[in-house]
Amino acid sequence: MNAVLEVKKLKKYFSTTKGVVKAVNDVSFSITPGETLGLVGESGSGKSTVAYTVMGLYQPSGGQILFQGQDVAISHHKRKRILKKELQIVFQDPGSSLNPRQTIENILALPIRLHDRDYKKGIAEKVQEILSLVELPVEYMEKYPRSLGGGEKQMVAIARALATNPSLIVLDEPTSALDVSIQAKIIHKLIEIQQEKNLGYLFITHDLSLMRNIAHRVAIMYLGRIVETAPAQQFFETPYHPYTRMLISSIPVVSSEEEKLKPGKIPSMGEIPSPVNMPAGCVFHPRCVDRMPICDQEEPINFEIKPGHWVKCHLWSPNK
Amino acid sequence: MSQLILDIKNLTVNFRVYGGYLKVLNEVNFSVSQGEKVGLVGETGCGKTTTMKTVMGILPQPPGKIAQGEIFFQGKNVLTMKKSEIEKMRQTGISMIFQDPTAALNPVFTIGQQLYDVVQHSQSSDDGQSRLSAHEVSIRALQDVSLPDPKRILDNYPLQLSGGMRQRVCIALAIARAKQLLIADEPGTSLDVTIQDQILRLLNQIAAEKQMAIILISHSLGVIREWTNRVYVMYAGSIVEESTTEELFSHPLHPYTRALMDCVPKLTGGGTAEGIPGRIPDYFNPPTGCRFHPRCPHAFALCSEKKPALYHVNDTHQVACYLYQEVKQ
Repeated sequence: MNAVLEVKKLKKYFSTTKGVVKAVNDVSFSITPGETLGLVGESGSGKSTVAYTVMGLYQPSGGQILFQGQDVAISHHKRKRILKKELQIVFQDPGSSLNPRQTIENILALPIRLHDRDYKKGIAEKVQEILSLVELPVEYMEKYPRSLGGGEKQMVAIARALATNPSLIVLDEPTSALDVSIQAKIIHKLIEIQQEKNLGYLFITHDLSLMRNIAHRVAIMYLGRIVETAPAQQFFETPYHPYTRMLISSIPVVSSEEEKLKPGKIPSMGEIPSPVNMPAGCVFHPRCVDRMPICDQEEPINFEIKPGHWVKCHLWSPNK
Repeated sequence: MSQLILDIKNLTVNFRVYGGYLKVLNEVNFSVSQGEKVGLVGETGCGKTTTMKTVMGILPQPPGKIAQGEIFFQGKNVLTMKKSEIEKMRQTGISMIFQDPTAALNPVFTIGQQLYDVVQHSQSSDDGQSRLSAHEVSIRALQDVSLPDPKRILDNYPLQLSGGMRQRVCIALAIARAKQLLIADEPGTSLDVTIQDQILRLLNQIAAEKQMAIILISHSLGVIREWTNRVYVMYAGSIVEESTTEELFSHPLHPYTRALMDCVPKLTGGGTAEGIPGRIPDYFNPPTGCRFHPRCPHAFALCSEKKPALYHVNDTHQVACYLYQEVKQ
């Protein structure tokens, strides 16, 4: 199937007074319609920068972003309106992404007015339709964001993204500020909507166990690079990269069946270093338990260890 | 059974607001023995932090009001203590680590200044030690939390450290003087999983070395399962279930506990749950009887009439639910 979004060797550098920060470095991935790609990493790994660059909020420093085959690696201002309609984003904190001075009706009406020029029904009906899609009561149209709970606010943010009938939604940690019971509700709804509308999701999160349950494929980011990509099930059953193994073994789990899935207890060490001073060679080597002499000399190549399973590590590299 | 160091009995706390009271804590019973690792789990807004703030004596009053109940720390009632006694208790008895280390540290003082203050204040009561030894105690405290190069960190400001390092500093502040009880209020929630793992491992190790009891507050069931011996589950201001950790996770009883566990995404896959219907009740006008009954799939008439008491299922497991009581009519 043709990819709805294809990112090739994406680079995003920021220049600061301390030097150039290479926030995103040669990141490539693709998403097909109806697929969820989970982009996972610790804070500071560059996952949100990828999201913002895809959305056009940042101008990429290099590489290509192909949306339905067409290069869209230009800034938000230069993008055509029809393209903005197709690409939508949901942010982490619904408290700050919804305008506190607008009613829910106004918040949801704006994207319809901007993008849906030939609506035959009135805007109010359209808004009601979207609200019912996310199962919020119609009375909420007159409410302000402050009178809604965190989960409901996030539902409004999701409804706003759906209002333009997009083909890809970037979800930037949509549930990490919420409780598990509310998270479950939102995720359930998101999956339902995805199946109904054949949407592509770029799901950015730090929660690996959530990804196990909703992503079709998972990509792990570390310091601006994708270090391992695999189909979700394979990813959790046979993780190859030492960083992935460290991440999976530090997840607190609730049952002994899950405990068995963990690749032994690998004590997590160290912290993600500053992206201004990246370690030489493999960027992960200072924290790696399987460090070899070559690791601080040479950056490993991306190697397909099994069909669809890519690893960037000297341990698995063919010319070792 | 070893000696109880903290015993909370029937604690009820209300908050005065315009037009009435928010009935937040509803007859909370909670106890901790020496050297124990106790977990307190529940969703946002269920009263976990309010309970612990009341124990520490830092509940803002007003608007908070302790309507009834007693809190015993080493046999003394905290609620009737004099101010000097509470201060003494905080110096040598209990300390607390907060969720957000960035907000817990003062940004305009160096780590050293903040540590010296704590060390000197808690020493002033017994032996008048000099500034030099405060420096030494501070360095030792930073070494205890495995921070590299403690001398340099003493001169740093909080913003020069990473989130994980700041949380380590907060732990160092809390344990600079030997304490019997450490309350850790979501110590890893604002950090990455790998850093959370390190912080919890460190807390565990320190507690074992210093023979401290720990109360670990968290909304994450996984964290509670891995790092505690005994768990209290809290919902809307009441303890709904209490058990040893192992038993709670193998045989959860209360419908709320079971629903909450279903909501946690599992590493083994199996899709997602639909979540718990409804939302946490409004404390201004909480449901009568069991506060969970409007969201409970098993609710029957009695549930909305009378609050269920904690019922002993066996020696190590208590649940506040009529489903498990013989009086079910």
